[in-house]
Amino acid sequence: MGAFRMPSLGADMDVGTVTHWLIKPGDRVDRGDIVAVVDTEKSTIEVEIFESGVVDSILVGEGEEVAVGTPLAQISTNGISTARTEAPRRPQVAPAPKSPITSPVVRRLAEKLGVDLATLAGSGAGGKVTRADVEQAARLLEAEPEVVEAKPEIAEPELEISKTEQVAETGTALRRGSASVRPPAGTRTARPSWSRASPLARRIAAEKGVDVSTVRGSGPGGAVIAVDLSRPEPSARVQRVPRSPPAPEEEPARGHEARGRQAAMRRAIGNLMARSKREIPHYYLSTTIEMSTAAGWIERTNLDRSVAERLVLPVLLIKAVGRAVAAAPEMNGFMIDDSFVPSSAVHVGVAISLRQGGVIAPAIHDVDQLPLSELMKALRDLVGRARSGSLRSSEMSDPTITVTNLGDLGVESVFGVIYPPQVALVGFGRITDRPWAQDGLLGVRPCLTATLSADHRASDGHRGGRFLAEIERLLHNPEEL
Amino acid sequence: MTRDDALDLVKAVLHQVAPEAEIEDVGPDQTIQEALDMDSIDFLNLVIGLSEKTGIDIPERDYPQLITPDGLVSYLTAKAR
Repeated sequence: MGAFRMPSLGADMDVGTVTHWLIKPGDRVDRGDIVAVVDTEKSTIEVEIFESGVVDSILVGEGEEVAVGTPLAQISTNGISTARTEAPRRPQVAPAPKSPITSPVVRRLAEKLGVDLATLAGSGAGGKVTRADVEQAARLLEAEPEVVEAKPEIAEPELEISKTEQVAETGTALRRGSASVRPPAGTRTARPSWSRASPLARRIAAEKGVDVSTVRGSGPGGAVIAVDLSRPEPSARVQRVPRSPPAPEEEPARGHEARGRQAAMRRAIGNLMARSKREIPHYYLSTTIEMSTAAGWIERTNLDRSVAERLVLPVLLIKAVGRAVAAAPEMNGFMIDDSFVPSSAVHVGVAISLRQGGVIAPAIHDVDQLPLSELMKALRDLVGRARSGSLRSSEMSDPTITVTNLGDLGVESVFGVIYPPQVALVGFGRITDRPWAQDGLLGVRPCLTATLSADHRASDGHRGGRFLAEIERLLHNPEEL
Repeated sequence: MTRDDALDLVKAVLHQVAPEAEIEDVGPDQTIQEALDMDSIDFLNLVIGLSEKTGIDIPERDYPQLITPDGLVSYLTAKAR
């Protein structure tokens, strides 16, 4: 039994707002399931749960802003309710068919597609109903002629007008959802179904008075992105949400809100960086790495690869950092209560600039173990999700070291500010052709400046130098990566 | 493929990759990446998108031809049949 608390999604987060719950009391959750969507000052994060169990109660409503650490829900573990009245656990001989084992995400999908989970036989581990099961059932439903009880639309309570319009516009899927599966209004007040959308898209939608959940997304993972909202109206996909009479004086207010969000982001970044500079005794090192071997290796490797599988230089850099910490473990971990706690896992935070301004540094997990192709996929996926606002809580809370690559913007070197409670940050600049002396000969070679900002409480310049030297060695031997 | 078709395609793919970016904002002597503040992943996504939509396999050595709007449109019109 435990409280599921508002997680700290980065050291710069003090409060978060639960924008959507993906679970309800009685639901079974498994460790790693995405159970809620939380808005922070910087981004929209999908929050995973760290414990398996059954949802006992939801303690914080959608739209409520609470401090980090506030209990959000009660979870009873091992499927046993904490209430002692429940029968003790028995070997699971007779499965309870009533609520099939599945994850909140799958349940959500089923709800959306109008599939009754109780009618499905799960094909996953332990009879778990998987996403594929639900999608297949939905396809079958699609093929069947529409046999929904012909409930006259008039019978719908007047409250449901907006919902009825939605039904008319978005077609059968929703109709099945509301007529045959869901009991009529009341049990579930017109709560907009959650959909992925970038923060910018949400803002535009709010400005246009459009319900994001009715828009078909074309971004990563079907996320609604700004362009989806700029399609010509009236569109079958876009439903206007009735709005209170328009007010011309709203214009400045809206600009205000956007600026407010910007200001909140700047404040969050500023507070964290000020804390870093106040508390962390930074030291800085820099080295220039000759890159002809690495660049040539990437070029040769990419020759055999289709466009979508080609590697980009940042992948090599991230991998080199992930591998190099083995030679200098003092760079990888956390400073907790003034003592350094090394991490055995290498989760590299990647600084990603957001289009609406600001920067976020979510982690790619176990970088040292990932083959380059996998790392490339992970990076593309992460950048896409960072920009569409669908990062996961585990990515936000556990980077063990951060990489910032400002090479794309043309700077030669970057000395970063360490992201507490981490102890090191590696910066890469742009590859430029420079005069280079080697073996007594002067030539022109592509070069890259790598820098290290590290915490003096965890290491000294000597070890930092060793770390940078190992990064250089790995980049000179890219086939080892 | 006409130049107009190619330009429309570039616009469509660009909107997927960087929704806020407009190809018209790129000056004649500017590169797309610089003018639109795109990183290498964004540029790669643009190339992947164009390759998928046209079926043209764009080898990496051709990337330098793609860095300006004009170069990109010329490349697509020349390669697409």
